[in-house]
Amino acid sequence: MISYGHHRYPGRLFVVEGTDGSGKSTQLGLLYQWLKAEGYPVFFSEWNSSPLVKDTTRRAKKRRLFTPTTFSLLHATDFADRTERNIIPPLKAGAIVLADRYIYTAFARDVARGCDRAWVREVYKFAVKPTVAFFFRAPLDVAIDRIASARPVLKYYEAGMDMDWSDDEEESFKMFQGKILDEYDHMVSEFGLTAIDATQSIRTQQRQMRDIVGRYLKEELKEKVVLPK
Amino acid sequence: MKEMKFYGTALPGLEIEPYSGKLIVIEGTDGVGRSTHVALLRTWLESAGHAVLDTGMTRSILAGRGIKDAREGHTLGRLTMQLYYATDFADRLENQMLPALRAGFVVLTDRYIYSAIARAVVRGADPEWVRSIYGMALVPDAVFYLRMRSTEELAGRVLGSGSGFDYWESGMDLGLGNDYYDSFIAYQKQLLREFDRMSGEYGFHVVDASRPVRRVAGDLRRAVSRIIEEEPVSSGKESVKVEAREKIKPSGVPALKESPKIDSQEKAKTA
Repeated sequence: MISYGHHRYPGRLFVVEGTDGSGKSTQLGLLYQWLKAEGYPVFFSEWNSSPLVKDTTRRAKKRRLFTPTTFSLLHATDFADRTERNIIPPLKAGAIVLADRYIYTAFARDVARGCDRAWVREVYKFAVKPTVAFFFRAPLDVAIDRIASARPVLKYYEAGMDMDWSDDEEESFKMFQGKILDEYDHMVSEFGLTAIDATQSIRTQQRQMRDIVGRYLKEELKEKVVLPK
Repeated sequence: MKEMKFYGTALPGLEIEPYSGKLIVIEGTDGVGRSTHVALLRTWLESAGHAVLDTGMTRSILAGRGIKDAREGHTLGRLTMQLYYATDFADRLENQMLPALRAGFVVLTDRYIYSAIARAVVRGADPEWVRSIYGMALVPDAVFYLRMRSTEELAGRVLGSGSGFDYWESGMDLGLGNDYYDSFIAYQKQLLREFDRMSGEYGFHVVDASRPVRRVAGDLRRAVSRIIEEEPVSSGKESVKVEAREKIKPSGVPALKESPKIDSQEKAKTA
């Protein structure tokens, strides 16, 4: 088993992190378009996307079967499947992999739910260390406003309702997101996350992102993987 | 009543309180007769008036079906498989085993974390990594390791059961042999090595499972009744020091003092 920080692959792995409503998915989508237009082989990998685990997760959410530990472990299972199928193979082939949420999402959420910090990090020890991990930082009230306008109904686990912090969904959501943001802030130095101020304009943020990503790109990456047109 | 003790970090949100039940683990490689003995023990305990919960791998409400489906398709990556099993274990621990133990049940479990550790390590997982994932596990009251040294005999039992060789139990994902038989033998040998290695670490009670079912069952009953009657009950880990798998000093095994067959049989085999 190769541990975090010890994988050596010719490809590049860029990940985006941040609370809900930080705009990270928008930014990753724009980065994807740019890399593709530049002629790089790019693969997209999303959180919660393993076909093997999807049914179990959906059922467990619907029937509210999770505890903090099983929530953490099932998401780790999903992530392991993603790593084994969609992250390591393209990196080995020399492609660029873009991941919308990565292990830091788990570290933030699971610890906010009360899981032991060291334990969660150990569970994900097999993860590939990203080339760059962007953290889109939006102040709590900004993120909450964005979510509230985009989604009229909060989901049970998303709002942290399983923790019994408050009977009020919005109140619970705010508390949960606050704890998550605290965890992210801790991780900036711990994992060397690249923080981007998510209150800037979308174009400004994208320019900063492309500047940083550009430093890790080489012409030969374009010829590494031959993709069908 | 006994204090809850965990191998590592306890489950988050868990109230650590004394419990009155007993957690009894039946471990061993595939085909060694674990489920037969769990069933026999259950009937015997219930007829003696003990409430029993029995559980085993992939029997969680949360992940059981998902694992079975994934096994069916032979599509589980190695890391994914280990974590799926850990999810299944955590769900059963939190929702079945711990509540039953608090309510005073005897919990019989067909395999515990040791099988999961053995399987993961044989598949190249970092032993420390698997152990820390399972740090959430409660230290059981006793672990009975049903041991059969001859993998050929194990293969015979698997065939005799009528179900034949299973893809995963034969370790076919590891590419160890050209067919199910060769692979089964090679895989089970590796598992056996891991189990033997854990025997001392976790204080297993080694039971020679190559003997007739009736005799093995008799030994298990005697040992289990001692654990159930004894107050305070000593945990397997503290009371049993198993130096090496065949060098068990009967005097060092208080829980099995009156069932010397387990030890003498093991010695007879070595001699």
